[in-house]
Amino acid sequence: MTERLAFHAVTCARGGRTLFEALSFAIEPGGAAVVTGPNGVGKSSLIRVAAGLLAPASGSVEGPAARALMAEASALDSDKRLRDALRFWAALDESDDPHGRVARAIAATQLSPLAEVPVRLLSTGQRRRAALARVVASGAPVWLLDEPANGLDDASVGTLETLIADHRAAGGIALIATHLPIDVPGAQAIMLGGAA
Amino acid sequence: MTPLLALITRDLRRAWAGGSVTYTLAFFLLVTILFPFAIGPDAALLARVGGGVIWAAALLAALMPVERLIGPDAESGVLDQFAVRGLSMASVAAAKIVAHWLAFGPPLMLAAVIAAGLLDLSGATLLKVEIGLLIGTPGLAALAVATSALVSGLRGAGAVAGLVMLPLAVPLLIFGAGSIDGGFGAVKLLAAVSLLLLAGAPFVAGAAMKAGMD
Repeated sequence: MTERLAFHAVTCARGGRTLFEALSFAIEPGGAAVVTGPNGVGKSSLIRVAAGLLAPASGSVEGPAARALMAEASALDSDKRLRDALRFWAALDESDDPHGRVARAIAATQLSPLAEVPVRLLSTGQRRRAALARVVASGAPVWLLDEPANGLDDASVGTLETLIADHRAAGGIALIATHLPIDVPGAQAIMLGGAA
Repeated sequence: MTPLLALITRDLRRAWAGGSVTYTLAFFLLVTILFPFAIGPDAALLARVGGGVIWAAALLAALMPVERLIGPDAESGVLDQFAVRGLSMASVAAAKIVAHWLAFGPPLMLAAVIAAGLLDLSGATLLKVEIGLLIGTPGLAALAVATSALVSGLRGAGAVAGLVMLPLAVPLLIFGAGSIDGGFGAVKLLAAVSLLLLAGAPFVAGAAMKAGMD
């Protein structure tokens, strides 16, 4: 049902420095790729290129237009209640049943007891789970996750792994940049800065 | 709901709930009150300079919310999320200008009525001031959003914002205050300046926001 996400010889340069060169890979529907490498090697930049926020110096990215991004910042309004903050984005993503999608995403990320709490009162880990809930509620076929396991406890990492597996089982694509071990069965490994 | 309409509603709600509107109006009235203290309680003199005072106060008050218009959204990743959803930053900026004007223009025009009372302006002068504000505040709002996008991410953004914005707002001040005794020609020039700012600001702000994402 969905197309694949493919990088064609993508070169990314920032501040005059080449981060990675002629990177090509493709993720089929139901597939996943995990990007690893030391700090500053361009993992986040790769995710931002995939999200279309950063123009590659050369090469191109093709794939479904609807992509959900989880980056460092949660992008949830801090003075709103968690449920309302998530509904704001869910309403923009797809017209059908945004409230239901948010309710399911909150339950799936175990945030149900916090749904009425203003976002500013959430802890670091809870905020990461809230950002994950935003991605889950988006219904987008492509998930772009930048360090999704940061600040999560072991149980929450388990939840994250389950959610990624469910998303892939439904034909979704996941591109994950992480320096923490996340169990994503059968994922392609993209090692940046390994040879340099 | 379309994304831009949702953004306007959200920004408008934040401006009211976050106190931005109240602070701006309080500051505007405070500046107008300062002039009688400085010039003295000569009612005839105050009535003569009052229109200009209101325009100068409006310009200074327009600076108040500048730091909060774009910076927090760039930092919290909200702009990134709009970009991922395929919205151009210029259209996001246009929506932010609309939201900012709604939170700034009409309340300022109401506060100008109070200021006119404090400065003993005649009804005819007040009417000219209000017409000028109606035409000029959209340009001022557009300039505020563009400035906010340009300085977002800088340290001491508020101080830099004043230096960027006030010189560019001088034409609005000249033709706005000039329209009070200058007649219809000044109103037309005020409208021209306001329109120019409105037409250009979304693209300037959009380019600055896009550059900030790199």
